[in-house]
Amino acid sequence: MLDSTLDSVDTAETAVVEAAKAMGFDEDDQHKLGIAVRECMVNAVVHGNCYNARKKVHLAIVPAPDRLTVTVTDQGNGFEMHQVPDPLAEENILRHSGRGILLIQAFMDEVEVRKAQPSGTEVRLVMYLHRNSG
Amino acid sequence: MSVKLNTRQVGDVTVIDAAGRITLGEGSSTFRDSIRDLVAKGNKKVVLNLAEVSYIDSSGIGELVSAFTTVANQGGSLKLLNLGKRVQDLLQITKLYTVFEVHEDEAAAVRSF
Repeated sequence: MLDSTLDSVDTAETAVVEAAKAMGFDEDDQHKLGIAVRECMVNAVVHGNCYNARKKVHLAIVPAPDRLTVTVTDQGNGFEMHQVPDPLAEENILRHSGRGILLIQAFMDEVEVRKAQPSGTEVRLVMYLHRNSG
Repeated sequence: MSVKLNTRQVGDVTVIDAAGRITLGEGSSTFRDSIRDLVAKGNKKVVLNLAEVSYIDSSGIGELVSAFTTVANQGGSLKLLNLGKRVQDLLQITKLYTVFEVHEDEAAAVRSF
């Protein structure tokens, strides 16, 4: 369980990158995992839990022989994916924010977003090992 | 390490050498304050050298966009120099490669204004 602070974002990123390194992911994939987890954590801390000190973020890092799965769960009010503005739409291209989910989806092999119980959002990220070796 | 910025003049062009990480928090606020300060001083031709920037997240990308619009709104222009592959990839994914003018050579970037 992590506090709803920006320090937790760094902590989570470091932990996931270390796990990926230990599993043999190359530097590029470590970097992509790091960014994806960072974006998830920022969403959880800033948008989900709104920096509320009473709310926590749960981080699970689950290595498997062929993949690394990371789950980030906040205790916020949740959100609907279809309500997130498309950051690639012409009218949004110069917006200051709103690109986090785009980067997560671009960098990960699998992304699943669902409502957590009793409240909050759970984001499950998967990256496969040797995904570039054909 | 968060971002470190060093500003120098090449003729009438301001070159900002950035190094480190531009991410949510200290990195992005440092960056934002520096750009606003430059614009307030009347600098309208700005080259942002990202050669030593190792890491940018979506907040950092947002700061690049804000810098671009802040300078443009004052009648100036901001151009990017020396993007690493990871930063290039981020700009491709976000379609911002079509927004920013990007150079690989400082002299050419300075001449382009």
